[in-house]
Amino acid sequence: MASKFIRSNRIGWLMAGPAALLMAIFVVLPFVFAIGLSFTNQRLISPNPTQFVGLANYEQLLGVGVLTLEPERDNAGAVIRDKSGALTYPALRSFTRNNADYPQYDGMREWFSFDMGESRVFLLGRDIVFLKAIVNTVIFVLVVAPVQGGLALGLALLINQRLRGINLFRAIYFMPVVVSIVVVSLLWRFIYDGNSGLLNNLLGAITFGAFPRIDWLGNPGTALGSIIAMSIWQAVGFHMVIWLSGLQTISPTLYEAAAIEGASPWQTFRYVTWPGLRNTAVLVLIVITMQAFSLFSQIDVMTGGGPLDSTQTIVFQAVERGYGKQDISGGSTISVVLFVIVLTISFIQRWLTREKK
Amino acid sequence: MAAIAPDNHGLRLVARYAVLILIAVIFIFPLIFMLMSSLKPDQQLLTDTESLRAFLPVGNISLDNYLAAFRRAPVGLFVFNSVLVTGLTVLLSLVVCSLAAFAFVFIDWRGRELVLTLILATLIVPFETIAIPLLLISANLPWIGLEGVTRGWLNSYQVQIVPFIADGLTIFLFVQYFKDLPGELIEAARVEGASWGQIYRKVVMPLAGPVLATAAILKFLTMYNQYLWPLMVVQQEQYRPVMVGLQYFFQLNRAWGEIMAYLSLITVPVLAFYLFLQRAFIASIASTGVKG
Repeated sequence: MASKFIRSNRIGWLMAGPAALLMAIFVVLPFVFAIGLSFTNQRLISPNPTQFVGLANYEQLLGVGVLTLEPERDNAGAVIRDKSGALTYPALRSFTRNNADYPQYDGMREWFSFDMGESRVFLLGRDIVFLKAIVNTVIFVLVVAPVQGGLALGLALLINQRLRGINLFRAIYFMPVVVSIVVVSLLWRFIYDGNSGLLNNLLGAITFGAFPRIDWLGNPGTALGSIIAMSIWQAVGFHMVIWLSGLQTISPTLYEAAAIEGASPWQTFRYVTWPGLRNTAVLVLIVITMQAFSLFSQIDVMTGGGPLDSTQTIVFQAVERGYGKQDISGGSTISVVLFVIVLTISFIQRWLTREKK
Repeated sequence: MAAIAPDNHGLRLVARYAVLILIAVIFIFPLIFMLMSSLKPDQQLLTDTESLRAFLPVGNISLDNYLAAFRRAPVGLFVFNSVLVTGLTVLLSLVVCSLAAFAFVFIDWRGRELVLTLILATLIVPFETIAIPLLLISANLPWIGLEGVTRGWLNSYQVQIVPFIADGLTIFLFVQYFKDLPGELIEAARVEGASWGQIYRKVVMPLAGPVLATAAILKFLTMYNQYLWPLMVVQQEQYRPVMVGLQYFFQLNRAWGEIMAYLSLITVPVLAFYLFLQRAFIASIASTGVKG
């Protein structure tokens, strides 16, 4: 393509230079820095010189351990039960604080535990908040990607009808996309409010007062779910439009053929529409996944990670440490972990959705 | 599904519209609630949420909340900052990215393939993963201003503008568009002795209307709605954009009427702009998906 135009190194670099330089300084350099800084103890402002600390940041962040404890027994070997009849176990602290026999558990805290037979298995972590942040972020992605992608496809099919005024509906469905997520989050704080929230009033009205009032964002069981619902509401129009552009590349003659063959609406979708949307599906999935992993603004405005760390996320933690505590190396380490996760997931998605030959 | 022939049979048509309208209500009701609430005193606003009055301009309607919002925070300054930062970034981005794309598509130079590959590879790096090291870099960059050479970009306009001028997506959009332009046009201009600068200005850019609109709209949306970055790099009120200015409202005891007024104030112009240019907005999002 380019060979038919004149070759000129000088003009080429002159025109592409500004963009290349800007991207080198503001994208490539920070990316390289993130990796480099994650092996140091760099702070934003510090009187002490920066030191190389190896993998210490990663160990601190991702260190986990499994500890299985046998119930306490008396001298005869029978298990000791407390007043309510539950088994008793040795104190976890005796293993995680200054126990020379178990140096690998030193400084860890309980993440969660479950019973297996008589013994109890403890999952320990060095940084429980961050581990919770990873789990919450993964839950968010696992729910948002299929639900938002699916709803967006449903809306796209609905909007792809030939009806008078359909453009008006398309415009309305897309509207929340142009509104800042910060504005949307603040608005929905009012909707989710425990006392005068619109959602509680609506549910109360529908069930004639039978539905209990819930403090949606103040309750560890509902906070993440509430944020998921709102995030989908805000962004679904974006992906509807991408599906729609995919739908419009499918040739009308295929639908005519399906109609002549007497295909049912489901058959038409299954054998004409869906195969034509293959590439769009991969794109939608990857874009939603990348956006979902970056979850931050909603958390910052609505819950600040609470209640009880039930809405902590990876990026929220990166910002809280890198900016809030000025711990640049800690924040960078989280960034690298996030990048590795995003890259892995998008490779897996590409592999799962590859052309099968 | 794409109906081949318009299907306008009574009941089915009514059912279709019913579904469409129901969904439209779900998307639009929080925004209507925001607008209506911004006109009501706090007491009435709270009691109105118990009925459909929440979505109607009834009762004690006034612009008092807007006046109060202006008294509470320098709203005019925040809007000015956002408009300045967004406008300049969009403008510079269009120039810098289109120049680069021109070089990638029409000129053969050493390093072209490598640089283009690197730039496109940045598309899989979410901004959130580089924000923290970028904060450190920005805190140490030099700047030549009216006061001579200074070090550190925190609390400035440039820290909100310069890092966002060049980005992979914008360059990608321009490259895709330029590739589809007929090469004969460039050839013809070359034969007539036009310089590369003239070809860029007089041949290519006049044809680039659609991609300019797309790139401008996407950049406008990301820049105006920026939150994480200005939150970290701008502590001084003087440089704050509208989204960070929101903090003035949600940290103090909840004056919901004022909050709603401020939200309406910073959202309605964008919504109006969107409704006015609706087709272009939707086309711009769609075009990011065409070639992926």
